[in-house]
Amino acid sequence: MGMRKKHLQKRHLVELFMKTIMRVSFVIVAGALGLILWTIISRGLPALTWDMVTQVPKGGYYMGKEGGILNAIIGSAYLATGGTILAILLSLPIALYLKAYLGDSKWGGCVRLSLDVLWGIPSVVYGAFGFALMIVFGLRASLLAGIIVLALIELPIMTRAMDEVIRRMPEDLEHAALALGSTKFEVALRVVTRQMLPGIVTAVLLAFGRGIGDAASVLFTAGYTDRISTSLMRPTASLPLAVFFQLGSPYPEVQQRGYAAALILTIIVLAVSLGSRWLSARLNKYTVK
Amino acid sequence: MDAHIQVNNLNVYYGRQQALKDVNIEIPKKQITVIMGPSGCGKTTLLKTFNRFLELTDGAQITGEVLVDGENIYDREVDVTEVRKAVGLLAQRPSPLPMSIFDNIVYGMHIHRMKRDRREYKAAVKHYLEIAGLWDEVQKRLHDPATSLSIGQQQRLCLARGLAVEPEIILGDEPTSALDPISSQNIESRLLDLKQNYTTVIVTHTLRQARRLADYVIYMYLGEVIEAGPAKEVFTNPKHERTKQYLEGLF
Repeated sequence: MGMRKKHLQKRHLVELFMKTIMRVSFVIVAGALGLILWTIISRGLPALTWDMVTQVPKGGYYMGKEGGILNAIIGSAYLATGGTILAILLSLPIALYLKAYLGDSKWGGCVRLSLDVLWGIPSVVYGAFGFALMIVFGLRASLLAGIIVLALIELPIMTRAMDEVIRRMPEDLEHAALALGSTKFEVALRVVTRQMLPGIVTAVLLAFGRGIGDAASVLFTAGYTDRISTSLMRPTASLPLAVFFQLGSPYPEVQQRGYAAALILTIIVLAVSLGSRWLSARLNKYTVK
Repeated sequence: MDAHIQVNNLNVYYGRQQALKDVNIEIPKKQITVIMGPSGCGKTTLLKTFNRFLELTDGAQITGEVLVDGENIYDREVDVTEVRKAVGLLAQRPSPLPMSIFDNIVYGMHIHRMKRDRREYKAAVKHYLEIAGLWDEVQKRLHDPATSLSIGQQQRLCLARGLAVEPEIILGDEPTSALDPISSQNIESRLLDLKQNYTTVIVTHTLRQARRLADYVIYMYLGEVIEAGPAKEVFTNPKHERTKQYLEGLF
């Protein structure tokens, strides 16, 4: 029989080479992630005291050696939550309009392409754009402006993700429910929602994750403050900027706050992405693929 | 003939194209009527007029009457959800709803407020799964996703789900065309069992299936009903030349 290994043929060598490349790239990616996590945890964990998460900085965030980062934690929660809610309000109608009216038409393609381009624009450009708008409207750096710019950043991610979910909705499903005598509202509420919810939840959390970690856009628009924000019209602190400003300080005590902020931000993003995976797996149990 | 559905001067247009031309037929009560004919002859279009599904197609226009038990289902006063409750549909491909096996059966009963409490729902689920011949296979996994069933099982689930809203008429749009031979046979024997209690209308493109199931036959060609009558007569002694050719497999 001619089935024994003769000698190393060229195509076997190619396969071996490719396998090696894949393994090496995996090690690089996993190693980079591990290194980042190790740096953040080893430096952030010692800094993560009770005072750190319950107090605002004392004596100025750049100079003061005492106090914590509660201002940034709450500020980021406000910014990302507000931005995400605003983005949902804009994305859902766009995604539904794409499905219901544009479909796969030329205009639908144009809208999708625009969204993809928007997705790729660096956030510092969004920040500058937001800043230009603020000047036009006479708005100062504030929580509101930050929320608006974050919503704009989240919009393309969320809309495209929702669009994919809605496009994958099987038409048979609506017909099956209508054939049983459902009203259109019942179809929407009990069938379409059930089918699409997991995907939409994932889209929202994905966008939230991007929004909360973005530094450049809020740098221009939300400003920074030592206080806990109480008004939409006043500046607010945020975790990404807490890292940026405080790590640049010459004082080790201040740098501690930067590392703590980085750790908390990483934990939030990690929790959101793991949570969204868990949730969508759970909700996806019954959906029709 | 004791007609359950009566179609008077029915015309259907898709845009400018006429899909059904002046259809006048009667469909007998508690028998299996098979609509047959070559592809594109309007079989499915005719079937879809019986549960007002045609209006889900963009640009479809309908004139004429479809009477169910003497009542025109296209009358302004008629509630389309009641029509579809009374006239169930078994589609070409099974499409389970995104929920558990149990909830798939409950869904229709629930929206029509047909049962009072969970005990009644449970009993009804068992009852209809038994009728569809699925109970033994699924009784231990009622809360699994409906999509975890095989295609053949899904089609029987859809049958049970349709029967659970207590229709009088069952429509089948080539209901076995997506199934393997054994599952097809299973569905066919369910339909034969059910005909004592339900008026059944099946669209099929397989002549052998038509012969196995039909009590009454409607033969269509290019949007027109060429011949309609009891299966025995039509199959043994077709009156129309075109029907004869079709039965002989000439096209």
